Amino acid sequence: MTYAIQAEGLVKRFGETVALNGVSLTARPGTVLGVLGPNGAGKTTAVRILATLLRPDGGRATVDGHDVVRDAHQVRQLIGLTGQYASVDEMLTGTENLVMIGRLLGLSRADAKARAAELLERFDLWDARDRATKTYSGGMRRRLDLSASLVGRPSVLFLDEPTTGLDPHARGGLWDTVRGLVDDGVTVLLTTQYLEEADQLADDIVVIDRGQVIANGTPDQLKTQVGGQVLQVRPADERDRETVAGLVSVVVGEGMQIEGDLVTAPVTDPAVLPTVVRRLDDAGVVVAELSLRKSSLDEVFLALTGHRAEAAEATPELVTEGIRA
Amino acid sequence: MTASTLTPPRTLTRRVSPAATLRHTATLAWRSLVQIKHNPMELIDLSLQPIMFVLLFTYVFGGQMSGDPAKYLQFALPGIIAQNAMFATMNTGFMLNTDLTKGVFDRLRSLPIGRMSPLAGRIVADTVKQAWSMAILLAVGMLIGFRLKTNVGDLFLAFLLLLVFSLAFSWIAVLIGVLVDEPDKVQIFGFTTIFPLSFTSSAFARVDTMPGWLQAWVKVNPVTNLADATRGLLNGGAVASPVIKSLVWAAALAVVFAPLAVRALRRRV
Ligand SMILES: Nc1ncnc2c1ncn2[C@@H]1O[C@H](COP(=O)(O)OP(=O)(O)OP(=O)(O)O)[C@@H](O)[C@H]1O
Ligand SMILES: [Mg+2]
Repeated sequence: MTYAIQAEGLVKRFGETVALNGVSLTARPGTVLGVLGPNGAGKTTAVRILATLLRPDGGRATVDGHDVVRDAHQVRQLIGLTGQYASVDEMLTGTENLVMIGRLLGLSRADAKARAAELLERFDLWDARDRATKTYSGGMRRRLDLSASLVGRPSVLFLDEPTTGLDPHARGGLWDTVRGLVDDGVTVLLTTQYLEEADQLADDIVVIDRGQVIANGTPDQLKTQVGGQVLQVRPADERDRETVAGLVSVVVGEGMQIEGDLVTAPVTDPAVLPTVVRRLDDAGVVVAELSLRKSSLDEVFLALTGHRAEAAEATPELVTEGIRA
Repeated sequence: MTASTLTPPRTLTRRVSPAATLRHTATLAWRSLVQIKHNPMELIDLSLQPIMFVLLFTYVFGGQMSGDPAKYLQFALPGIIAQNAMFATMNTGFMLNTDLTKGVFDRLRSLPIGRMSPLAGRIVADTVKQAWSMAILLAVGMLIGFRLKTNVGDLFLAFLLLLVFSLAFSWIAVLIGVLVDEPDKVQIFGFTTIFPLSFTSSAFARVDTMPGWLQAWVKVNPVTNLADATRGLLNGGAVASPVIKSLVWAAALAVVFAPLAVRALRRRV
C-alpha cells in the first residue's frame, strides 16, 4: 500500500535548535493522522516540510508517493495547507482571496468565482464575502483560511492546530468539517495540543516531544498506555491522606501521586470509581472531592516521558517566520 | 459534497510552464492592485504625498530659490518626480515583508505555481503604481504652471528611464523587505537613506551653489544622474551623459542587489 503521507527520519535544525530529530510517521489514505505535541515539539516544522515549504536536513518524505523535495511541484498539486496562523490577505475581501487562489490553480474566472461562492456559503462567510478580511474576527479568518486550502480539492490536507483560538461551537464545526472531508476520501494530517481533539478525530496518533516521536498508535492504544483518565480524591480531613493514598494505590495500581492533600492516579478503567467509593466508605473516610477527569496532555507526557511537557516558552507569534542567523 | 468530489485520480504536471508562470504573475499583480480598493490610505500615499511635495516646493521654497515659484517649479519638478520614484520603491519591500510576516507568502508557496511569481507579481503591480504617481505628479505640475519644453516622445523616454531605474532600485527594497522582521522597518530604512540620498543631489538645487566637498559627492550620486536625465528630457538640454550614467547605475544596482535579494528570500522562506 502507498501511504498518503510517509515520513522517514526527518531531521531539521535551526542553528543550535534541533526542531526535528528523526521523525517518522505514516498516514493511510482517507484517514486522519493526529500529531500531538506541546509547544515547540516540532509539529509546525514537520507540517512545513511535508507541505514543501521547508527542506529537511535529513530523512525523506512523500505525499502519495511523490517526494516532497524532488517532486515538490507534484506534491503541491495534491495538498492543501492551513497553517498555524491564518494566512489570508487582509487587504482583500473573502471572495477575492478565494478567487485569487482559484485563478492561481488554473480555474477560469467563472469557475473560480463559483468555487469561492460555494466555499463561502459552506463556511458561513457568505454575509462577509465582500468585506476586507482585516475586518474579520479570528474565527472567521481561520474559516477563510481553511476554505482557501480547499479551493483546489486537495486529496491530502494539512491542518496545523486548526482549532487553537476557536470557541467550542466553532471547534465542533471544524471537527464536523474534517469528518466530512474524510468521508469524501481526503487524507488529513492535523496537529493539536489537545488529547481530546486527537481522540475525537484521529484514526492514528503520533505523539512528538522535543523533535522525536515518543508514542504512536490508535487513540485507544495510547489511552491504555498512558491511562485515559485521572482519579482525584481529596479527603475532608487532611490526616486521612495516607489512608486514602494507600487505598487508591491498591485499587489503581501504579502511578499514584500526592500533591498537598490531593491524591491523584491515572485510570484506564472507569469501573474503579465505585470500588474506590466503597473502600473509602468502608474505611470511614469522608471526602471533600472525588472525581474522574480526562488526562491532560501534561499527564500524557508525564506518563510517556517521565517529564512534564515543557512550559510553553514565550513563543512570539509567527515565530517560524522570524529571521534567525 | 457529492461523490464527484471524491478525490479523483489526477494527472499531475511535472513543472510550471512559462505561460502558466505569466498567468500566475498576472493574477498576483491583479491581487496587489485590487488591494488599493480596500485600503484607500495607499492611494493617498501614492497621490496625495507627491502632490503635497510639488505644492510645498513650488510655493514655499520656489520664490526664495529662483525668485519666482513658476521658474523653480520648472527646475524642480523633474527632481521631485525622481525622488518620488525612489521613495515609491520602498512600497515593494513593505508589502513583501507584510506578505512574509502574515504568512501569505507561505500560502502562495504551497500552491503549484511558478516559484518567482509572487515576487514578480508584486513588482509588476508596483511598476503600475509607479507610473500612476509619475503621471499624477506631472499632471499637478502642469496644472500649476509646469511646461513640457521638449516633446511627448522625450516625456515617454523620461518615464521609461524612471521606471527602469526604480525597478533596479527596488531590489534594495526587496532585500530589506526580506531581511527585516516587520514592515515598518522598511519604511524607516527608506526614510533614513532616500531622504539624504535624494537631497544631496541635483534634484532640488543647482550643484554649483553647493560647497566643494559636497559637490564631489553630489556629482557621483546616482540621483543626480537620474534628476539631470529627467530634467533634460522634460526641459531640454544635454541628456546623453546623464541618461547613460543612470542606466549604468540601474544595471549595477540590479546586478548587485537582485541576486542578494533572491538569495535572501530563498533562505528566509
Ligand atoms: N524558523 C525558525 N528558526 C529558528 N528556530 C525555529 C524556527 N522554526 C521553529 N524553530 C524552533 O524549532 C522548534 C520546533 O518549533 P515548531 O514551531 O515546529 O514547534 P510546534 O510544535 O509547532 O510548537 P507550537 O505548538 O508552539 O506551534 C522550536 O524550538 C522552535 O523555536
Ligand atoms: Mg506550531
